[in-house]
Amino acid sequence: MGEAELGLALIATINFTIRYSVPITLGALSGIMCERSGIVNIGIEGMMLMSAFTGFMTNVTLSKPGVDPDLQSAGVRLGLSILAALLTGGALGLLHGLLSIQYKVDQIISGTVINILAVGLTGYFYQLKAPTKGKLPALINNPWTQAGSVELKLADNFVLYLPYDLGRILFDKDLITYLTLILVFLLGWALFHTTWGLRTRSIGENPRAADTLGINVYRLQYTNLFLGGMLAGLGGCFLTLAAVGIFEQNMTAGRGFIALAVMIFGNWRPSRALAGALLFGFATALQGQLQQFGIDFPHQLVGMLPYILTIVVLAGFVGRARPPAHSGKVYEVE
Amino acid sequence: MSTAVQSSSPPMAAPHRFSRLRSALWPVLQSLLIPALSVITAVLLGSILILFDGRDPITAFEGLIEGAFVEPRGLLATFRNMTPLVLSGLAVAFAFKSGLFNIGVQGQLIMGSVVAAWVGFAVEGLPPLLHVSLALLAAMAIGGLWAAIAGALKAFADAHEVITTIMLNYIAAQFAGWLISTGSDGSRPGPLASPESVRDAIARTPRILPSAELPTIYSVPPNFTLHAGIFLAIIASVVVMFLLQRTTFGFQLRMTGYSPTAARYAGVNVRQVTILTMLIAGALAGLAGGIQTLGVHYDYEGNQSLGLGFEGITVAFLAGNNPLAINFSAFLFGAMDAGTTRMALAANVAKELIQVIQALILMFVAADQIIRRIYRIRAAGPGARLRIGGKD
Repeated sequence: MGEAELGLALIATINFTIRYSVPITLGALSGIMCERSGIVNIGIEGMMLMSAFTGFMTNVTLSKPGVDPDLQSAGVRLGLSILAALLTGGALGLLHGLLSIQYKVDQIISGTVINILAVGLTGYFYQLKAPTKGKLPALINNPWTQAGSVELKLADNFVLYLPYDLGRILFDKDLITYLTLILVFLLGWALFHTTWGLRTRSIGENPRAADTLGINVYRLQYTNLFLGGMLAGLGGCFLTLAAVGIFEQNMTAGRGFIALAVMIFGNWRPSRALAGALLFGFATALQGQLQQFGIDFPHQLVGMLPYILTIVVLAGFVGRARPPAHSGKVYEVE
Repeated sequence: MSTAVQSSSPPMAAPHRFSRLRSALWPVLQSLLIPALSVITAVLLGSILILFDGRDPITAFEGLIEGAFVEPRGLLATFRNMTPLVLSGLAVAFAFKSGLFNIGVQGQLIMGSVVAAWVGFAVEGLPPLLHVSLALLAAMAIGGLWAAIAGALKAFADAHEVITTIMLNYIAAQFAGWLISTGSDGSRPGPLASPESVRDAIARTPRILPSAELPTIYSVPPNFTLHAGIFLAIIASVVVMFLLQRTTFGFQLRMTGYSPTAARYAGVNVRQVTILTMLIAGALAGLAGGIQTLGVHYDYEGNQSLGLGFEGITVAFLAGNNPLAINFSAFLFGAMDAGTTRMALAANVAKELIQVIQALILMFVAADQIIRRIYRIRAAGPGARLRIGGKD
């Protein structure tokens, strides 16, 4: 393994990092959206799993022979699949709201209900090897070729081709990946520079004061839970419509919980959450690449690091994570 | 149960004595009514799901009951499944009584499992009873310490235990995964990996020694055994009940659960109570893991205990976090888990239906207002609703 081409390994690591961090980032944005509104959402995992499933099944259904060819064209088919996933996530967000706001169920319990329900329902309706007519294509193909690039030889087994290798990182990505980047900055801007953002943050910090000022706390919480659920839904369908292309049972494999970690890591700010997601992604990519780089260190121990770091950050040993003051508590209108 | 529903209709000129009896019995009845109706409603919704799928719910639930109680090993399997559920339910409920949400049962259980396996195969020359006790104590110790990390972080750094315990779940899974890793990716094998597992690239510890196996109380040929762990679980529930209701620490714990501030003013060392609560909760979860290793699996392979931690949450809430009632909710869940295979075969229904039903049970128990609305049950007195302890 020592003679592996390091240039290839490097590009693979970076691309893996990006691909891994997309759903995590979207999950973290979902968490930020909910917690900034005062509702803890540990159901992100379930929202992602269920949306991954409905998005995929929509794709499967529309791919069947006999369906109107207009619906089968890649754009319409995948567009509708994403829409189904978004609505699924949004609906679960509303369920979370119904349970935790209307019925005053503890928010952790409500999130747990969503997680277990998602595993159960997706497992129940799971079909082995359901075929589709393909997943999301690359939005922009790499315009550069290896032949037309400058060869940059950094070492005997470390060759980079510019700008071809740069293009392999920047391009060849699907719609959701680029959209995630836009959403990070959009949400960051909206939270801190719009009336909606101010109101959202105020109901997360002090709903009583916000209520006194005439903000409809519950309505805004429901709205944000719906939008937050849709973000988790987008993250979920990224797995089945862009990254993997098929649905496997329990395929989110804890990504929703990692998203929570990333949210805390990013101190409830979208751009820092993105940075956190990339860090988690890199740690995960490294797990698979350690041997490639000739490092003999147990990959499981590397895999532990992000979680340990999250605890360290949460405990305030490094920096200080401060959740929205009223997050997790039920607000009761008087 | 039907009389209870009837008696809730408001304008009822009952004799004086009867109404007094009713007001004494009503809370008890109601505490059983909501869980029972939650289970029934969840099963009904599950049946609709089966019908929607074009299958027969009656056949499915007949299969479930047959698998859980009737089949030669049915009831035994139910008892065996119930054992770790009692303990993981206790691990959730005990912490909950002090206002802590122990969502880290999974991680504590994993640590208990792997350490019990280690003591089970590595310590030689001990008499059986001593060996089992030592392995279980080690499992309890590691589970307790693992949870106490979250307790200490809560007590001294105000880090929310829900997040820290979730993180500790993943750390435990990775750590245990490393301990038994086979080195098939070219790295060194983990320190607890068995030599055969390294050869076959199936990650597991060596099999525990016969002296570390939990005594068998009943066996069904060819390969089913019921171990004595069930007694440990039931004893644990009684001990937890005693601890909560009859000791100073239990009183301080519940007081902290009602109001940390009030407890502090009353002179309770809330930090100490928080850490100790998590320590004991973790020990219960660790015991569950240890029992699974010493009584069911006889080694640690990873992924053996998947889902037990989260089922513990539902088990605890179905029992209203009452330690003794947890035995019954764990029995119910153990039966569901035992009957799924038979149900799946009998009615061609996917096993995951049980998870859907369990999620619905948790939802209805937690959102008792839904059940009250459906069945028109009067609301209980103030404070009867399930909620996380600390109100301030």
